Amino acid sequence: MNELLEGALSGQRRAIARLISTLENEEPGAREALARLYPRTGQARVIGITGAPGSGKSTLILQMAREYRRRDMTVGVVAVDPTSPFSGGALLGDRVRMQALSTDPGVFLRSMASRGSLGGLAQATSRVIQALDACGYRRILAETVGAGQTEVDVAHLAHTTVVIQVPGLGDDIQALKAGILEIADILVVNKADLSGAEQTVATLRAMLGLHSGSTSAWQLPLVKTIATTGAGTLELIDAIERHVAYLLQSGQMQIRERARAAKELEEVLRAELLRRALARWGEERYRQAIERLAAHQLDPYTAAEELLKDEGGRMK
Amino acid sequence: MSQKPYRILITKPGLDGHDRGAKIIAKALRDGGFEVIYTGLRQTPEMIVEAALQEDVQAIGLSILSGAHMTLIPRTMSLLGQQGLGDVLVFLGGIIPEEDIPSLLELGVRGVFGPGTPTDEVVAFIRKEIAAQEGS
Repeated sequence: MNELLEGALSGQRRAIARLISTLENEEPGAREALARLYPRTGQARVIGITGAPGSGKSTLILQMAREYRRRDMTVGVVAVDPTSPFSGGALLGDRVRMQALSTDPGVFLRSMASRGSLGGLAQATSRVIQALDACGYRRILAETVGAGQTEVDVAHLAHTTVVIQVPGLGDDIQALKAGILEIADILVVNKADLSGAEQTVATLRAMLGLHSGSTSAWQLPLVKTIATTGAGTLELIDAIERHVAYLLQSGQMQIRERARAAKELEEVLRAELLRRALARWGEERYRQAIERLAAHQLDPYTAAEELLKDEGGRMK
Repeated sequence: MSQKPYRILITKPGLDGHDRGAKIIAKALRDGGFEVIYTGLRQTPEMIVEAALQEDVQAIGLSILSGAHMTLIPRTMSLLGQQGLGDVLVFLGGIIPEEDIPSLLELGVRGVFGPGTPTDEVVAFIRKEIAAQEGS
């Protein structure tokens, strides 16, 4: 593990790839590796990119990575696609749009399967971001699965969340709904050359105009792009960098980092507490509780109370 | 997650623009429970090997219809070796003349599947190779 970690931290791409797999699969040594690389994280700026399937996320990331490379910054890309609930398999197709990046040594591109997570990312996406951060990639672009309305996990991970909209997906009521539009730090209308694009822009602008009581000093920008030609990329990267500067100057960066840390700790604790409790109760007792619940003999709260009761209050 | 998911790169080197076969295999492997990374068309050996490296795959399936396999495969295999990826399982699909197969196997290719191969056969082949690797 030492050798792998040192290789990865010195920029050996094979070692970085292996380190990511170790963390993603929670292989032996994963915890030790994370403990060693965590103090080196926090240097990268993480940009989340989300939007509906086919809205142009991957193609836009190709253009964004190219622009960052022109600005002499290293780029890590983490792209998540869904795992089949039936076979457990996945088809990860984000490289198709981004293969042009694959021979640039300043870019590291990794595809991930969601493996059952429903929030738009995979459970281990934050680990992969942390690995790329520690290994020296300065801008990390995290692409969600094709998102609908509620896949908002990316906002907890990213410093800057870019939400992509495309023409033709709905009217002003859709734009008012809670969820994905709310997490945007920057709104993009991609496919801006399609008919209806101006209508989409106008609808979103009207929605932004309704933010009456907002005290945030950040004026949410709306950027028009055509990812296939690269039009608008420059404006988008400028907007992202303005947002990063705003986060740093306003103290929001610290607030976001603290919120992310709290959430991360809570997730780890939740999983670890459950794992330890299950180990203590034994599979049989847990299985019996499930059986009684399934047979409608118990409600879930009572079932949980009964499991916890025998702990003499220790688990409470 | 007890079992580590098996990752496979499906790719299409060379200049022909027909990837139906590659897509059929990619979908069959997805349905077989594998994590399939699809690169799309017109890949150079350098791009393929770099993708395999970054994605940390255990297997690479290449679909070649152009007839350029005797140039593309030796180059790909030697780059894999150089990058320390010599233990990655390599298999081929597409139009490969019978007489070329022995020299491809000689280079380290583990399986060659022609047009009309049932997809189940490819999935079974990969399962068998994994079992053999794990047993060794």
